[in-house]
Amino acid sequence: MGSSSNKPQLIVDGKRLDGRDFNELRSLKIEAGILANANGSAYLEWGNNKVLAAVYGPKEATPRHLADTSKAIIKCRYSMAPFSSMGDHGRSGPNRRAIEISKVTKEVFENVVMLEEFPGSEIEIFIEILQSDGGTRAAGITAAAVALANAGIHVKDMVYAVSAGRIDEHVVIDVNMIEDNYSDADMPVAISPKDNSVLLLQMDGGFTKEQFSEAMKMILESGKVISKVQRTALERLYENAEKGA
Amino acid sequence: MDAKDVILGNYIKELAKEGKREDSRGSMDFRDLKISRGVIDHAEGSAQADLGATKVLAGVKLVPEEAYEDTPDQGNLVVSAELLPLAAAEYETGPPSPEAIELGRVVDRAIRAGNCIDLKSLLLEEGKAWTVYVDVYVLNFDGNLFDASVIAAMSAILDAKVPEYADGKADYTKREKKLKVDNVISSTTFAKIGNAILLDPTGNEELGMDARLTISTDGKMIRAMQKGLGGSFSVDEVESLIAESLKKHSHMEKKIRG
Repeated sequence: MGSSSNKPQLIVDGKRLDGRDFNELRSLKIEAGILANANGSAYLEWGNNKVLAAVYGPKEATPRHLADTSKAIIKCRYSMAPFSSMGDHGRSGPNRRAIEISKVTKEVFENVVMLEEFPGSEIEIFIEILQSDGGTRAAGITAAAVALANAGIHVKDMVYAVSAGRIDEHVVIDVNMIEDNYSDADMPVAISPKDNSVLLLQMDGGFTKEQFSEAMKMILESGKVISKVQRTALERLYENAEKGA
Repeated sequence: MDAKDVILGNYIKELAKEGKREDSRGSMDFRDLKISRGVIDHAEGSAQADLGATKVLAGVKLVPEEAYEDTPDQGNLVVSAELLPLAAAEYETGPPSPEAIELGRVVDRAIRAGNCIDLKSLLLEEGKAWTVYVDVYVLNFDGNLFDASVIAAMSAILDAKVPEYADGKADYTKREKKLKVDNVISSTTFAKIGNAILLDPTGNEELGMDARLTISTDGKMIRAMQKGLGGSFSVDEVESLIAESLKKHSHMEKKIRG
């Protein structure tokens, strides 16, 4: 959400600046198992976003006072590379935004990981945004879900995330950076597709009750596409492994 | 969470199953709310919101600063929140916790997205404008810091006066003009405990809480939302809580305006 002054025309002849329809996702590609040292990993390209996710663990929780004797704990770090944005050089180290995103991302995965299988342990989720073009927290969650599955950690569901927004009176899906800077609302959401429960929900700007419902419908519809790309990434990895054997 | 907290949380969960609350409130009732305005004379605006035993103080300071490059024709808004170590045994000194950062950013987004302050009215001269600092101080914790903080911040903003400005300096001894406020927002925070959903959770209720949803609104539109914790909401639940939040707004706006 940026200033509305000098707002460019974001919709021309019923299409968005990059030629998309209101309910059209950017192209999405995911590759699983690309980092040898991690227990699980994924590389994702979503429009111009480039994201690496890696999972380490389960392993002994450190420091020990953080350990929970009844279940594993999740640690999550979302971080943007200093060279990831068009323009400014980002300061290194986690800023307030990154700390908040890390927290809500951790909470998403607390919902689906079978934590009670690993008492006293920790599972670390690292999300590195190498190139950002709007919707990076959703991209990070979508990639991390694949990395977790690739790590062989038992989960109740493979979650996905995507952002919906509003440009003038139009509800749109998968908001990119220029749209985000001038949009009238932005709402990143993470969904557990088995029952469509909402695991992440953030929003700012302005939505009427009706626009919220329309945005939610668009998110659930596009989720079918995102889930398919996630599953395909894992299938491709294991098919290749079989061929190699 | 220590053993006592686990027991209390389980007690709250059992109560919620029976449709009850520890203080006998209805599921969609706020606790008693008391707002005291102008409690800090040195601040340009201030207010303390007491929501049950939760106490939050918000102060507003105006400082002449450079306008931001991407918004050269308006003032700046900076909102942050601190969980003071004196507010609860669990709060510690040191760098802000993720919880404090989340609280500050959620309140910031609510005030910002609600277009509450007319930032254009804060331009002083070319390239120079007032920065409005809104600092939220949590004095005593008993649950639902989100709503108490939004209420305190919004009330402090409504209380704020703009100092006179001459020769590139603020004169803080002369403050007559009210800060121009365009829009008043209210906030509703719901705790999901098992299958029950309760407005305005107490500290004990937060021990049994699976998920949390904060919705702020100006009565016409939803302005900001934040879901928290590892539990989940269904889309239907979110839709009905949005309706509840919109319904509560006019009453809350009256209280905030005083």
